[in-house]
Amino acid sequence: MSLTIDLEVKKDVLCIRLSGELDHHSADELRTQATKAIEDYDIHHIVLNLEHLSFMDSSGLGVILGRYKQIKQNHGEMVVCAISPAVQRLFEMSGLFKIIRLEPTEEFALHRLGVA
Amino acid sequence: MKNEMQIQFSALSQNESFARVTVAAFISQLDPSMDELTEIKTVVSEAVTNAIIHGYEQDPTGIVYISCTIEDGFIDLSIKDEGIGILDIEEARQPLFTTKPELERSGMGFTIMENFMDEIEIQSQPGKGTEIRLRKHLTNSKMLCN
Repeated sequence: MSLTIDLEVKKDVLCIRLSGELDHHSADELRTQATKAIEDYDIHHIVLNLEHLSFMDSSGLGVILGRYKQIKQNHGEMVVCAISPAVQRLFEMSGLFKIIRLEPTEEFALHRLGVA
Repeated sequence: MKNEMQIQFSALSQNESFARVTVAAFISQLDPSMDELTEIKTVVSEAVTNAIIHGYEQDPTGIVYISCTIEDGFIDLSIKDEGIGILDIEEARQPLFTTKPELERSGMGFTIMENFMDEIEIQSQPGKGTEIRLRKHLTNSKMLCN
């Protein structure tokens, strides 16, 4: 099972919806697509919807942290939502919740960032 | 009863998924919980990714070897490469430490392996390769020994 990446731009927010498996193999494609969208659409904030992500390892943490650093340069914020208990453990282990906010749904996340 | 399987495959990133799914299928006969299955898949993915990125530095001619033994509710995993080896194992085990930040590596691989498994043993020789041995006891495993 590979990774499906759905990107949607709402004002200055990039919604990244992932389904499938995020590992080292699929992280490259996500990095390429997300980096390009952030540059092309003058993105400030990212909402990362992981509702349909069935697997993630530390390569996923790396690519998420990489995009956080990218939007941080524009003083942006990253919000992650609809996270599974397994992925939540990885976030907690690596301390990512200190810099990335968690919301229950995409709607809450967008509201938090002042969109929708 | 001891039950063992071995696989070997090219050091290609598309085989990371093959490796974790294969190990998960093998251990599923112990009736692991969903959490345990996810933990095993994650640690296999971490160790295999390390072998590909660090051990073989993405040289696809390298071969990754996995063996898995199940006995009395214990899972023993070995993930081995014949790559460049680890210079400083203690340093490599530190959370967030990575030799390849330019590849956006999180440096969490060994930390995850330590957290998800009961025991970890790292043997490495520069220029010869690395073997990671991991052990875990499944709490609710049905020990069907016949």
